[in-house]
Amino acid sequence: MVSFKNKSVISIRDMTMDDLIKIVDTTGFVKESNPPDFMKDKTVATLFFEPSTRTRLSFESAVLKSGGSVFGIANPGSSSQSKGESFADSIRTVAGYCNVMVIRHPVEGASRMASELSDTPVINAGDGANQHPTQTFLDLFTIKEILGTLDGLKIGIVGDLKYGRTVHSLTHALTLFGAELTFISPPALGMPEHMLNELDERKIHYRNMEDLEDAGKRNLDILYVTRIQKERFGDPQEYEKVAGSYRITGETIETLGKDIKIMHPLPRVDEIAEEVDSLPNALYFTQAHNGIPTRQALLGLVTGGLD
Amino acid sequence: MDRAYKVYSIQNGTVIDHIPTPLALKVISILGLGNEGIMTIGIGFRSKKYPAGKDIVKVENHELSHDETDMIALIAPDATINIIKDGKVFEKRQISLPSEVKGILSCPNPNCATNKLGAEKHFFLEDKKCVTYRCKYCERATVIEADLLSSN
Repeated sequence: MVSFKNKSVISIRDMTMDDLIKIVDTTGFVKESNPPDFMKDKTVATLFFEPSTRTRLSFESAVLKSGGSVFGIANPGSSSQSKGESFADSIRTVAGYCNVMVIRHPVEGASRMASELSDTPVINAGDGANQHPTQTFLDLFTIKEILGTLDGLKIGIVGDLKYGRTVHSLTHALTLFGAELTFISPPALGMPEHMLNELDERKIHYRNMEDLEDAGKRNLDILYVTRIQKERFGDPQEYEKVAGSYRITGETIETLGKDIKIMHPLPRVDEIAEEVDSLPNALYFTQAHNGIPTRQALLGLVTGGLD
Repeated sequence: MDRAYKVYSIQNGTVIDHIPTPLALKVISILGLGNEGIMTIGIGFRSKKYPAGKDIVKVENHELSHDETDMIALIAPDATINIIKDGKVFEKRQISLPSEVKGILSCPNPNCATNKLGAEKHFFLEDKKCVTYRCKYCERATVIEADLLSSN
């Protein structure tokens, strides 16, 4: 993918390191220079077949800030799919109304399928447990912005590594930059075998561990925290016990190293204590705010308003 | 009484030998064969290579393409393919795993667009050694099993 113009952005798997650097650099340009109206006369459809507030609003805000216009559906109940229209027909119809479609769907592969149904480019805003590439772009931008590099970092990922698409997309991207990865999770929520096999094949250095305190010995640059969801556990008491053992507090940060940066895709429930928010280690709100310039940059590249 | 031939030789067509028993019908299924004229299927022949027996398929007057014969490697990588012309072996064909497989391999992920939204089944070869293919849509890697394969 040398140029992004009129191309769909579906999966980190389709991307090279140069593609990711291009997006990160363009995001830096948008954030610093705030270029005006590069989406003028462009219309974006945000098609959310699965509810999401944060990602949808951040895309819509990105379009408006760049001078474009936006329309869409916020949940499947408000689309004609609830009347029995097929996904393919909905996409073929909307493709004629806009310049870019931003799609979130609970089915894995829905965005790729949509990208093949018309010439209108598709941006994947999350497809089931598969990919969430724009979250990864903003994560990479935030890391580069704060640490000044993406190369050869030591990164820990903690929480639900089994079901989290954010984690899977990020893991793919980080391996392109030679990261050393540490996966920290309860055994039942560990990184899926198909992901680990892939890392093995690509000769990526990684380590699995169950205990967050053990990660202190790894001298991590970043700890990426994800939520452990209650519904993954049959027994609420077991959930409390497990979730509690992965909670990040001021004390945890002392153990992990005072320079470690804490990231989280949000929303957070109680996996990071509020006392961490005011520490220089906390990056998660910066990360969330970077969602806007990242999505502006991507939309600009795809529509040709930015190069 | 012994039969003169267990399976009669053919004058023209394709002979697929050394298929592990009982995969002959599966081979026919993934090749989508049915209306190609006379076809002979032999199941459970004695074989040194396969203690459980081997199967043979002979398709008369129809030369399978390379793309077709490579599909056989998905379930029978050691099968031998002979193209017969005028009663003689015209070509001893090597088969290798196809780089992509469309239409005949089902994704085992129930939440995949191929199973939920009607996307075309489409896989790319990921690992030759483990016979692993990755779904174009849900991106999961799958080790091939005969049960996942069918012509439709």
